[in-house]
Amino acid sequence: MSDTLAPAARRARHGKPARPPKPPRAASLWSDAWHDLRRRPLFISSAVLIGIFLIMSVFPWLFTSVDPFDAASCQLADARKGMSGAHWFGTDNLGCDVYARTIYGARNSIVVGVTTTVVTALVGGLLGLVAGFKGGAVDTLFSRVTEIFFAIPSILGALLILAVFRTGNVWTVMLALAVLTWPMTFRIMRAAVITAKSQDYVVAARALGASAPRLMFRHILPNAIAPVIVVATINLGGFIAAEAGLSFLGVGLRSPDISWGLMISDARERFLEAPGPLLFPALFLSLTVLAFIMLGDAVRDALDPKLR
Amino acid sequence: MAATGEPILEVRDLVKHFPLNQGIIMRKQIGAIKAVDGVSFDLRRGETLGIVGESGCGKSTLAKLLMALERPTSGSVKINGREIAQARGGELKRVRRNIQMVMQDPYTSLNPRMTVGDIIGEPYEIHQEVAPKGDRRRKVQELLEVVGLNPDHINRYPHQFSGGQRQRIGIARGLALQPEIIVCDEPVSALDVSIQAQVINLLERLQNEFDLAYIFIAHDLSVVRHISDRVGVMYLGKMVELGKDTEIYDRPAHPYTQALLSAVPVPDPDGRERRERIILQGDPPSPANPPSGCRFRTRCWKAQEICAEQEPLLQIRPGTAHASACHFAETHDVVHV
Repeated sequence: MSDTLAPAARRARHGKPARPPKPPRAASLWSDAWHDLRRRPLFISSAVLIGIFLIMSVFPWLFTSVDPFDAASCQLADARKGMSGAHWFGTDNLGCDVYARTIYGARNSIVVGVTTTVVTALVGGLLGLVAGFKGGAVDTLFSRVTEIFFAIPSILGALLILAVFRTGNVWTVMLALAVLTWPMTFRIMRAAVITAKSQDYVVAARALGASAPRLMFRHILPNAIAPVIVVATINLGGFIAAEAGLSFLGVGLRSPDISWGLMISDARERFLEAPGPLLFPALFLSLTVLAFIMLGDAVRDALDPKLR
Repeated sequence: MAATGEPILEVRDLVKHFPLNQGIIMRKQIGAIKAVDGVSFDLRRGETLGIVGESGCGKSTLAKLLMALERPTSGSVKINGREIAQARGGELKRVRRNIQMVMQDPYTSLNPRMTVGDIIGEPYEIHQEVAPKGDRRRKVQELLEVVGLNPDHINRYPHQFSGGQRQRIGIARGLALQPEIIVCDEPVSALDVSIQAQVINLLERLQNEFDLAYIFIAHDLSVVRHISDRVGVMYLGKMVELGKDTEIYDRPAHPYTQALLSAVPVPDPDGRERRERIILQGDPPSPANPPSGCRFRTRCWKAQEICAEQEPLLQIRPGTAHASACHFAETHDVVHV
């Protein structure tokens, strides 16, 4: 019943004088989401973790005085030592400091994970948005192309791409992973867009005369992006792991480059003797992946006003 | 609610056929769903035209055609003399300012990720010339007040409102551009009965305030009677009877209208047992393959050979004062017997 009363009448009924109208803060989906995120423990903890890892990858010398790229820092005599005051995480097969290497390894692992995620989300997401929205011939063309990519076994495909480049560095690994995985993002986005496109509020916006970009970016994208965010954050961990796998196979990063994946594969053979060189980079890798998944979860929830 | 002046909406021989295709690579058309098949009517300023008919008779397709959300197969829709059916780009955008829509389901017709202020303000963002930027927020609050909502709730999201309140938001969005025509596609059928009355009364008040013309599509005959000045009855893509509300309800001439009216629940238990009930046999035929001649003949008790051979046109027939499409049109009061 209350929705039939004019606000003035409602205020009068409560015996309050009609106060002068105060201009309320203009709200929008993204500003509300940001307001909401700042108060979420899940977001705060994941953001702090990611912040630490990002600082680590940009300014690794803030965390350790040892330069692992300096050959003099490794003493073969100290190989496979346990944790000590001089070597917090112990030393590896070649007597290098595991702590310093783990810190310096963050950069390559995070750069591969984050850039691959961003590239696949942008390419797959945008193409999926266009294909789902336009439908017809555009959709058929894009969908057939993604099916070709799905038919390539991913490890074999990555080996092939990296063999063509002949050099394994962060960017070629990123490219190989992105080329092979964008079709997954494309499919998820396309399906979500097709669902959102037929909703009544999109029809209503069309009836108002909304342009195609407005329909796509204001009405369909915010309602279709949640699954892409979730999959992207889960994939991020997968990319870091895939980088490790490719490095292990000898086509990804190579020594003297440092990455968590390389460290794990190097330490694998002597794991029972000296678990430290494998466990510490693995722990950092898990924490990074966890932080990004928690961030994805928090962002997805914040973008859904119903959960607020 | 008096309708005055010349028609602001003219619909002539409107046809919409949806093609039925077969095959994946070699696509070929094997037929067509004749959703709307030759509908003509006028709408005058400040008038309400009710459109009734059972599910699948083409009511909603008609609404989409009027809104230019679907392109007609043939025929014309003119708003103030300007053709909307073939208009494109900027021309279409301009014509759209004059015709807006209130949708059926208030739960799906509002974007869940936009605030009420953004939803009602969107028409101003699309048609920037209607309101200067600094004015928009105030205009949105005025609209909220007009439809009986609290203007302070401008930053809320649709899910924080009840069904009736959401429908008011939908109505406010339709009013934003100050259109002359509003197409209401079953605007109350998703609401509780008590809320239906509130929304109907709101629509009537707004009509008087802004001199709006409504196309009111519904399957609830009593609601249509309450709000309409004139009523059109549709069956299988065709208008079978069109006249003033009193003519249609008190002196229906088409057998289909009579059958439809006899099915309206009567609130008064006295005499309910004795009143006439016309029970139609069978289901409506498929719109992909409608019967020849009169489309209603397969279920009509008056059908004769002429009905299969010759299609009855919608025209005023002897003994009746309004247009009906039946060779054997004959007024017969089914409601007050």
